[in-house]
Order: sequence, then structure tokens, then C-alpha cells
Amino acid sequence: MNLKRLIPTAAALTVLPLAAFAQDAAPGFDEIGPYIMTTLLFLVGGFLVFWMAAGFAMLEAGLVRSKNVAMQLTKNMALFSIAAIMYWLVGFNLMYPGDFNGYFAFNFVPTTLEPVGLGAADASLDYASVGSDFFFQLMFVAATASIVSGALAERIKLWPFLFFVVVLTGIMYPISGSWQWGGGWLSELGFSDFAGSTIVHSVGGWAALAGAIVLGPRIGKYKDGKTVPMPGSNLALATLGTFILWLGWFGFNGGSQLAAGTVGDITDVSRIFANTNMAAASGAVAALILTQILYSKPDLTMVLNGCLAGLVSITAEPLAPSLFGSLLIGAVGGVIVVFTVPLLDKLKIDDVVGAIPVHLFAGIWGTIAVAFSGSATIGAQLTGIVAYGVFTFVGSLVLWFILKAVIGIRVSEEAEINGLDMSELGMEAYPDFSKG
Amino acid sequence: MKLIIATIKPFKLEEVREALTEAGVRGMMVTEIKGFGSQSGHTEIYRGAEYAVNFVPKVKIEIVVAASMADQIVETITKTAQTGKIGDGKIFVLDVQQAVRVRTGETNEDAL
Repeated sequence: MNLKRLIPTAAALTVLPLAAFAQDAAPGFDEIGPYIMTTLLFLVGGFLVFWMAAGFAMLEAGLVRSKNVAMQLTKNMALFSIAAIMYWLVGFNLMYPGDFNGYFAFNFVPTTLEPVGLGAADASLDYASVGSDFFFQLMFVAATASIVSGALAERIKLWPFLFFVVVLTGIMYPISGSWQWGGGWLSELGFSDFAGSTIVHSVGGWAALAGAIVLGPRIGKYKDGKTVPMPGSNLALATLGTFILWLGWFGFNGGSQLAAGTVGDITDVSRIFANTNMAAASGAVAALILTQILYSKPDLTMVLNGCLAGLVSITAEPLAPSLFGSLLIGAVGGVIVVFTVPLLDKLKIDDVVGAIPVHLFAGIWGTIAVAFSGSATIGAQLTGIVAYGVFTFVGSLVLWFILKAVIGIRVSEEAEINGLDMSELGMEAYPDFSKG
Repeated sequence: MKLIIATIKPFKLEEVREALTEAGVRGMMVTEIKGFGSQSGHTEIYRGAEYAVNFVPKVKIEIVVAASMADQIVETITKTAQTGKIGDGKIFVLDVQQAVRVRTGETNEDAL
């Protein structure tokens, strides 16, 4: 217990027993309850979304080859930490500037929290604490950066990648995010993206797509017009990562209700949890059945991607659909993945973990699907999809080309073949296996 | 004496070993190998991309027996390792000039 805070309270109690009647009565639960409940929602949601960082790390560690696992884990650790710092430094206030022109807020101010021991009178009782809001929102930007790392795995240099993460998490994501969640022009237009199928997932997917194009495929991935499979090192880790992401998504979508102080709000949060779960399940089942039919054997990695695509698909509108509606939305996501993973390979775009099909293509589908549940018009949805696509894809393309020209983004041929673990880090994830 | 070299499907090894022991074989050498014959590999699919498995895993058994036993042993292996599907393997029989038991210095059939 903080002594400084106790003393004035104790003094007030002993000296002025009668004065209490003269002051306003302490606020009752009707007044502060919603604030407390919503703040709790952000805190619980925030640490669930935080855990998605572990999910991405395990998924990617499992789907890269063993010679690149330690590097992939390093990138995941670094990108999350960089995102956390950049979002404090500029990101949060760029994305939520209050009143602004709707396109770009010149609001380069680090985030500050409420003073210690905030009084009820000074709190924004109609919402939640700034601390919880900031904490919750910063977990989302980290998810965006994780998407990029998976697609570009096994061949990109560490530091140029991290520089890209600095710009993506500090500038690009917050600017485009402000258009919708910051109350900018797209929210005026009636665009709807509940928890970020477009704002978080497609943005990550567009950045990844630009990077994969500039970076080029891994050596030996496409030979004589054929795709050469490079199987992942550990499907147990990839499956664990998918389950962790599935868990984290309850916070991702549920927390995005942004309110928990009324019967209606907390019931909506429950509804979102159930719908989110349904879409993940149907995405996985769709991929399971479809790969069995197409390839005569189910492909676990596709089932994992299908589950995640189901989650991405429901993220734009996890509240309005019925459970059956969520099943359909998620299943379409799973189908999209099974067809677009080979499609990217045909275009010789090498996406190591399937991040672009899962986050970009399923994200676009989920954003369009909002129109089916009547929460937005199809015109507004397409406008939003195109706006985020153009801004993020072109911005990323320019940034990747600049990085390529100035410092180079790709490791040497020898380093790539030997594996980034030894060549870039000098350590391995599984040293016992390679030395014999 | 004859050297019998048999390549068989790995899952048949235990069954073949039992049958050979019953037939009086007192020792064998087993190696895990890869190769191709008329089966010449097969294709698998990973994330929608077909790829060829050019070398198929097999088990190689080497047995040296008295010449009089050779036909029976070959028959035993053929009968036990057979599934009737492609890739069941091959058996080769070679002459052996000499055999020595290292521990005692016994030679030829006494050494088997």
C-alpha cells in the first residue's frame, strides 16, 4: 500500500467527519461500474492478444526449416518489442488523435498515462482508462508486424526487416488505422471493420505481399516451372501456435466490443466469443475436407491455415452473424486458403507460412462479408479494402525498394543455403541434430 | 554357402525375421536403405505442390546360409514379405567363398 496515498485519506477521515455530508457522495457502481468493466475487458483482451505473439512465433518456427528457426524466433521477439515501443512513441496518438482532418493527424506525441491513483471525477467514465486502451491497441499493431515476418522468412536480413517494422508499426499502420478507428474519413463513409480483418490483417498481408515480391522466392523454391515443397521443421509447434492464436483471437474480437458495462455489451462480448470460435472451427474443417478431396490426403498445414483464415474472416463482423452465419463465413475463409496457397506459388510469390492467403485474402473476404449481415454497404466495404490496399501496398513497396537499394534486404546465397541461424546469428535452434 | 540379399518393405521386417528364425536361420544383417526399382518412387503433395519421392525407404537383409538351405530361405522370405503390391522388393543369391567366426577361428559352415 502506498503510504503517501494513505495519509491524506486518514487525515480527512479523522479531522472532517461531518464535512463528508457536505461533499458529493462517492460515485456509486452505476456511475463507475461501466468504466471498470470496460477497462477490465481491455486488460483481459489485451493479454489474450499479447499471447498471439507467442502463437505467431510458434507457428512460424514450426513452418520454417530447422536451419532458420532461431532466426525466426529472434525476428518475432524483436518485432513485438519494437512495435510496443513505436506505438508508445508515435503510433497510438497518430491513430487516435481525437479531432483531425480524417486522413492524417500531425500528432507526433508519445503516449502518456493517467496519473497514479486517478480519482473517479477525473476519469472518462463513459469509456475506459487510457492505460488499458493503449495496452489493448498496441497488441494489435504487433499482430500486423508478425504477419510480415512469416511471409518473408528464411531469406530476409534481420536489420532491414526490423527497420521496416519500425515504419510499419510507428507510422503506416497508425495512419491507415486512424481513417477508421480514429474516427477518420472511412468511418464517416460508413466503412465497417469490427476488429480488423482489413485494418490489422489485410494491412499485414499487403505489407507482406509487397515484401515477398521485392525479396523474391527462396533459392530452389521454383524449379523448371514447378513448385518445390520445403516442409516445415516441426508441425507440433505449428499446431500449438495455431491453438494459441485461436485462444488469443477471443480477446482480439471480444475486446473490440470496446464496452462491457451493460447487460447488452457483455452479452455481445459473449456472442462474439462464440461466433469467433465457430468461424475458426469451420475454417479448419473446410480445409480438412477440401484437401482430402483435392489431394486425396488431408494436409495439416492447410488445416492450420484454414483455421486461421476462418478467424480472420469473422474478424470484420464477429457480432451480428448467427452461429450458422459464422460457420459459413469461416468455411469460405478455409476454402480461400486451400485455393490461394498454390495460386501464389504459380505466380512465384514465395510466402513461407501462408500469411498472405490467410491474412490478406481471407481478410478481404471477411470485410466484404460484413455487407451480407447488413452492418455496412458493399460500396463502403470495397472503398475501404481498396484504400487500405493501395496505401499499404504502395507504401510498403516503396519502402522495400528503398531498403533494397540502400542496404540490401536479402542474405547471400551461401548464408541462405547454410541457414540464417548459423550465418546471421551464429547459433541454432536445434544444435544437437546438426552436429551429429 | 550362399549369401542371400533381400530388400523388403520395412513394415515386413519383423514378420520376416520371425519366419526365418523358425526356418533355422541363426543370424542376419539388417540395413535401412533407400532406393528405387520398377516402383521408381511416387509423388506426394505438400501445400498444394506435388513433389516426387524418388527414393523409397526399404530394409536390406543379408543372410549367409549353407547352400542346401538357400532355396528354402528364399522361399520363406518371398512368402512372408509379399503383399502383392508394387514395391515388395527383390532377392539376390550369391556364392560365398569363405566364412570365419572371429571368436573361435572356426571356418565355413561351422562358422555360420
